[in-house]
Order: sequence, then C-alpha cells, then structure tokens
Amino acid sequence: MSRRVVITGVGVRAPGGAGRKEFWELLMSGRTATRRISFFDPEPFRSQIAGECDFSSEAEGLTPRQIRRMDRAAQFAVACAAEALADSGLDVEETGRHRVGVSLGSAVAAATSLEREYLVLSDSGRRWEVDTDYLVPHMHGYLAPDVMAAEVAWHAGTEGPTMLVSDGCTSGLDAVAHACDLITEGSADAMIAGASDTPITPIVVASFDAIKATSTRNDTPGQASRPFDATRDGFVLAEGAAVFTLEELGHARRRGAHVYAEITGHATRLNAYHMTGLKTDGREMAEAIRTALDQGRTNPTEVDYVNAHGSGTKQNDRHETAAFKRALGEHARDVPISSIKSMIGHSLGAIGSIELAACALAIDQGGIPPTANLENPDPECDLDYVPRVARDERVETVISVGSGFGGFQTAVLLQAPKGGRS
Amino acid sequence: MPKMSLTDLRRILVENAGEVEGTQLDESLLDVGFEEIGYDSLALMESAAAITDEYGVEVPDETLADLRTPRQFLEFVNSAPVVS
Amino acid sequence: MNKPVWITGVGVTAPTGLSRDEHWKATLEGRSGIAPLTRFDTSGYPSTLAGQITGFDPAAHIPKRLLPQTDISTRLALTAAAEAIENARLRPEDTTDYDMGVVTSNATGGFDFTHREFRKLWHQGPRSVSVYESFAWFYAVNTGQISIRNGMRGPGNALVAEQAGGLDALGHARRTVRKGTPIVVTGGVDSALDPWGYASHISSGRISRTTDPARAYLPFSADAEGHVPGEGGALFLVEAEESARARGVVPLAEIAGYASGFDPEPGSGRPPALRRLIEAAVADAGLRPADVDVVFANAAAVPEDDVAEARAIREVFGPGGVPVTAPKALVGRLGSGGGPLDVATAVSAFGADTIPPTGTDIEVPEEYGIDLVGARPRTARLGTALVLARGIRGFTSALLLRNPPLH
Repeated sequence: MSRRVVITGVGVRAPGGAGRKEFWELLMSGRTATRRISFFDPEPFRSQIAGECDFSSEAEGLTPRQIRRMDRAAQFAVACAAEALADSGLDVEETGRHRVGVSLGSAVAAATSLEREYLVLSDSGRRWEVDTDYLVPHMHGYLAPDVMAAEVAWHAGTEGPTMLVSDGCTSGLDAVAHACDLITEGSADAMIAGASDTPITPIVVASFDAIKATSTRNDTPGQASRPFDATRDGFVLAEGAAVFTLEELGHARRRGAHVYAEITGHATRLNAYHMTGLKTDGREMAEAIRTALDQGRTNPTEVDYVNAHGSGTKQNDRHETAAFKRALGEHARDVPISSIKSMIGHSLGAIGSIELAACALAIDQGGIPPTANLENPDPECDLDYVPRVARDERVETVISVGSGFGGFQTAVLLQAPKGGRS
Repeated sequence: MPKMSLTDLRRILVENAGEVEGTQLDESLLDVGFEEIGYDSLALMESAAAITDEYGVEVPDETLADLRTPRQFLEFVNSAPVVS
Repeated sequence: MNKPVWITGVGVTAPTGLSRDEHWKATLEGRSGIAPLTRFDTSGYPSTLAGQITGFDPAAHIPKRLLPQTDISTRLALTAAAEAIENARLRPEDTTDYDMGVVTSNATGGFDFTHREFRKLWHQGPRSVSVYESFAWFYAVNTGQISIRNGMRGPGNALVAEQAGGLDALGHARRTVRKGTPIVVTGGVDSALDPWGYASHISSGRISRTTDPARAYLPFSADAEGHVPGEGGALFLVEAEESARARGVVPLAEIAGYASGFDPEPGSGRPPALRRLIEAAVADAGLRPADVDVVFANAAAVPEDDVAEARAIREVFGPGGVPVTAPKALVGRLGSGGGPLDVATAVSAFGADTIPPTGTDIEVPEEYGIDLVGARPRTARLGTALVLARGIRGFTSALLLRNPPLH
C-alpha cells in the first residue's frame, strides 16, 4: 500500500498581504501588488520595480537574536512555517521529532545579507581582500544558505531529514516534491516544506538587468507584470515565501486534520539546452506534466485548472503555451490557465511554493485566480489565460508548473482530497 | 578610420564569451550568423557591454537582436555616435 | 524489494589530485593537499591555510566558450563529471535523454565569481555586472551545466545541506534511480577560497589558526583546534543494476544504505542525530553493525564534535570495534564535496583491499575509544564502508557502501 501525501497547513508571506487569507483575497480580487522599489534607490538600475512585502520581524514575533542572525529570507520562512504549523495543528513531539523533516527551497537564499555584509567587509567594494575585523559570526550562514532550513527545524523542534533544495526558479515546487518523496518512501511522516526568497537587493536586480529579463515599465509598476500579454516586456522581481505542513494521509486522518489537497504527482525534467534560454517546443515541460499526470493516474481532460509559470517574458510565455498544448492536447484549449505572477511578481525560488499555496486554496476555497494586466493577448499565446477577472468555479484537479534557469522544468499535480474533507 | 576592426571584435568576443573551439573569426565568417559561429544572445550582450566600455558606443537592446552577423555588428559600431 | 543501485563511474577533483587515481595514490602516500593559500594576499587574515587545488588548467578540461560564464567550482564539477562518465563508459549521446538525471550538491555556489560581480557592481556601477552572474552564482548551476554539456534531460536537483549535502545528493540519486531513471550523475563540489569566501569560512569559528600545514587539521586529536577549508569534491555515475548489466559495466560499489537527519537545537539537551542515523543506514542496507568494515569519519576536529562522533561510533560498534579513518585530514573540509570525496576514496579502497590512512599520526585520547587508522594505510578485506557527514548547524547523513561481490 503506497503512502499518500496531503497538505494540512498553509503559511504565506507575499506582496500585498501577510498570511494565507489576505493572500487569497488579493488573488481573487485581481489587484496587483508590484510597486517602485523602496528598499534602496533604484534610479541607477534598468528595472526599478518589484513585488515587495511589508514584513515586520517584530510583529512576526521573532526575537531580537533571531532578527540579528537570520537573513530576511530565513525570517520569511520561519514566519510561514509558524503559520502552517498552527494551521495544521501538527504536534511535532507527538508525531516524533525524528519523523518530521524540513525541505525548503530558495534560489538566491541569503542574497540580501550577503550584500549587506559585503559592503561592510569590503568597505563598499574598495577592498578585494576583505577586512576580517568586521566579520559577523552569522556570515557562514549566508555563505552556505542551508541555514534557512536549520532555522525552521529549530523553530519547529524537528530532527528528521533537513535540507535546502536550490533548483533556481523551480525550487519552490521541487522542495515540496522532495518532501513528498521522503514521506512516500517512509523517511518521514510529516514534512515542513516550502520556499522563501528575498532577492530585492542591488546585486540581484543588476544581474537580471544585465540579461534584460526584467520589465522596464518603471512608470506604471502595477501594470508591469503582464504574462501572456502582447505588450509584456519581462518579469517583475519579487520576494515572498510559502510553507506547508505535509503529512502522510493516514497520519492526517488519525488526527482529524483538515486536508486542503493531496499531492498526487510531481516530476522535474532538465532541458539540457541553455542556462537561460528555452526552446520554443516546450518538450521537457510537457514531459514533466505528462509524468506527473501518470503518477496521479489522471487524464489530461480531468485537469480543471493550470497554474502557469507565466513569468511575462516572451520566451517563457511561448514555451509554456507550446508545452500545455503538447501535454494536454485539445484540453489545453478548454482548461483555464493563469499566472499569479501578474499580481505578486516573480519571487524566484519562492514562487513555486506560493503558487502551490494558490492551488491548494483554489481547491479548498473554490475559485480560479486571474492573470492581471492581460489586456491584449499575444496571438501566439492562444489559450484561456483567465484575463483580469477571477472565476468562481470549483476545481478538483490542478497542475502547477515552473521553469527555471539551468533548464529545470517541473510540474506538480494537486487534487481535492478523495472521500471528502474531514 | 573605423573604430573597431574584425580583430577587435574577435578579441572582445573571446574575452567576454570565450573562444569557440576550432573556429577562428576571420573574413570568411563575416556574413555567417553569430548563432552558427557559436555565439548566443548572452555572448553578444556581454560583448556589447564591453564595447560600450571600450568604444563608448551603446548598442540598444532592440538593435542588438538585429545584428546577426559580424559584418552587421561592425557596421553598426563603426557608424554609431560615441556617447561617452 | 528494492533492486541494487550501483556506482559505475567515479570522477575526482581534489587538492590531492585531479583524477580518482591521482587522489588515491596521494592519499595512500599521505601526501597532503593542505598548504598556504596563494589565491590572494592572506596577510591580514587570522588563518592562512587551505586545501587548494593547484595545477588545474580549466581550458584543458572544458570548452573555452564556458570559461567566461563559470566559477571555478563549476569548472571542477564539469571536469569530475566528465571523468565519471568516461570511467563508467557511458556515451550520453547514444543514451535516451530522459534516462539520465543530474543531482548535485553545492553549499556555497559560484562564490569567487559572484564576489567579482559584487565588486564590479559597487566599484563600477550596475551596468558592469556580467550577464552570466544570474546563473554562475546560484546553487543549481552545476546540475544545469552538467545536464547541458551531456544532453541529460531526466530529473534534476540541487541540494544544499552544508557538509551533509553531498551524501544527500547520492541518497537522492539512489531514490531517483529507484523511481525509474536508470542513470544519474551525482555528487558534490564546492569552492569558496576567494578573499570573501575564505573570510566567511573563518566566521564559522571553526577554522584552525595554525600556520603549520601538518598540524592544522588534526581530527580526533587532543590538540584538535578546528579544520582547514578546502575545495573540490567528487562526482559519480549512479546506475540501476539492469542498466549497468545491459551496458556490460562492472559495478564499483553499491549504495546499500542511507539515512539523513538533523541535530536538535543547541541547548535542548536532546542527543545528536548521528548514532541513530548510523543505525538507520546500516539497517537500511539490511546489515548489522558487525558487518561494517570501515568508517570514514566526519572528523570535525572541533573537540566537542569529535567527542560526540567518537561516542556515536563507540556506542554502535563497541570500543575500537571498527577501523575509523579520516583521509579528509589531507584535503581539508570541502563542504558539499567532502562526503562525495570520501565515497570516491572508499570505492578505491574496495578495489585495493586497503583502508586509506588519516595521513598523519594522531594520538587519540583513550576515552574516545576509536581505532583510528593513522599515518599508514592498513590492509583489510573490505566488504562495506560507512561514510559519515555532519554539517555545521546539525545537518547529518550516513551512507553505507557495499563492495560488489566480484571486482
């Protein structure tokens, strides 16, 4: 009898609202939460807009010591983990500390703290050999960013398998998929899984400026993220996090936990093509979708909603459209597909988990979030990309996909809990 | 007197995008596409940034995509105004 | 019942050598790769030693087009991957693309590369940042570059768990094979020996300040005062039994057991994870502790951690119950590369019926109760080897290798 994995807790910190409730309200309202960068003066940069979070470490209940040592992304992760654990009511001690692990995703992890410390150590870039008198003891935890997973494990008191999954922009999907594997094979009964990234810092903004991947619609930040729209001009960088309590189904049922959704399939494929480029045919993403559907013994026609990667670069939107057609056949034209990046931007490694949270809430609450700013569809992106207005529809079977630098293509299949919710 | 010669372009490409094994960028490749020679769009973006630094010539994003061969690239740089 | 998963190819880039064989020879001879760091002027630094790879000419190993876009860690990873693939006689171009996956571990990313870009950003302005920065730095870069170089389109992952991450990559590679991908390139390589990366190592408070390379990293010694950071690691071809058989390849080792966990929060009073994970990895292989022929220790060289590791080994195997070795004393701690390099060394040990030495005579305190293989190798018939890794902050993994019946 194979072990099944369900989501029993959700925690979200995304632009436009803290917590899963505000997050879901934002998505269903179709409002956008991208704005001009306020964390530093963006004037010297090509792209000057981002999805920033109004995050207060103190209001989250973090202690002064935690705030001092933890990178912003780690703080987001701990805040989301706390929300997810409380939501699920999981008692780690009762389950067994060794039986609960942590799998977190992040693409650039401690970038914000690295840059802050770099400026001190190098005297604002003047020194190549840095001044070791200014080293803080936490510097090693910024160099090797797995500390984010350690912080969550310490917070929750877990001692099971613990790691950071850093697959670039698919990290948020892959970290959850990894946690599913650990539960399915019996290495854990529950996992705290999700992802966090806080990349709104000059080095990351500059690195995407360099490849001209980000939007320059600097005068209208709220309309800058325009996936599948003919006038899109790149993605909008963002920060955020989402963390789940995942459990083996029997474990969740025995405690009478509320089940948001079951994760019934997941797959990653590499495209072996280019570190940043995508072929137009969508072949590997389609393969990932098909493999996830096979695992879930689900026909393409059963899919009620697809949460797209929808970053808003021309190459992605066309690649993805081709992948949907390849994997879902005729059904690709019928199924609603949307990109929530249109509202909250692209938080790199975190966004996969944030999008999974949207999918879990879509199943649990009923409803399909729209693609904001989709006014003039790109004729080559000729599917139902749910323009601007949310739909009040029940969904039971949902696919979420991601695509990232390095060639990663991931699909995760979520389904309404069979036999009803408890 | 042109600002940039084929030799200069070759040097800049090798420095910023690496040498393509078994290929020497010479006259015979003037009209061959960069992709075919072995240089992708990232290679050209990195090289264009270096050209701005060295020659004071800006290559706008839209233009860069249209400069498909070494000849087109050289013609653009050598006819463009120096901005800095 | 799970079918065996084999290691069929090994590639090494380490301070002790730029191939599996060079590394093994240096290890047997106790030739250390630890020396004063020469990559920058260390005169203002409280520590000055490193396990630095010297004599590596990247252009001899990887296409020149990749040079401007890769950090040294990625160049080393591509080089080790090429050796592993060749060692396993795999021809990727003749193999179905989806049948080959890539799972690597990387703890510090392309740090030297990114340090240069940080400097350009703050010295020359945003427009000077390289187009390659967006991927040369991030932790998934080695998985991506190995996949592209070899046309591997199966499942891919990049795991980060400090020193334990390299073993986690091998454990996940085994999982990936069991789930149906017959061939996976896996392992880990790290390097952060630029002035900022090296300083960041120092900030851990665990780096030896000794200037004598022979005395700087002395695991399990009463004089232990920390470790030396190093660079490099190992990559492997991991393969399903049917696939190896069909290709007519001789297996080098079986990944027979694996377990991973995390230490309790410091100060909680609960015991560390290592003992239960040793037991779990041994049980996962269907063995008993008495079946383990050698332990490759984590060897922190921080007294408190050495005591804890010695206790875990002693409690599972009995006082002096199993030979323990720590050849990493010759290269330093390699982050995600450390566990994989130990696995590579263990594979060579299987082939040579020899336990490699720690490389130096170490006087182990009596109360540790472990039989440390010191300066000289020891002849022994090895059926199994247990590799341990404990990362800073508590990431802990154990991997049990089995010597194939015929080698």
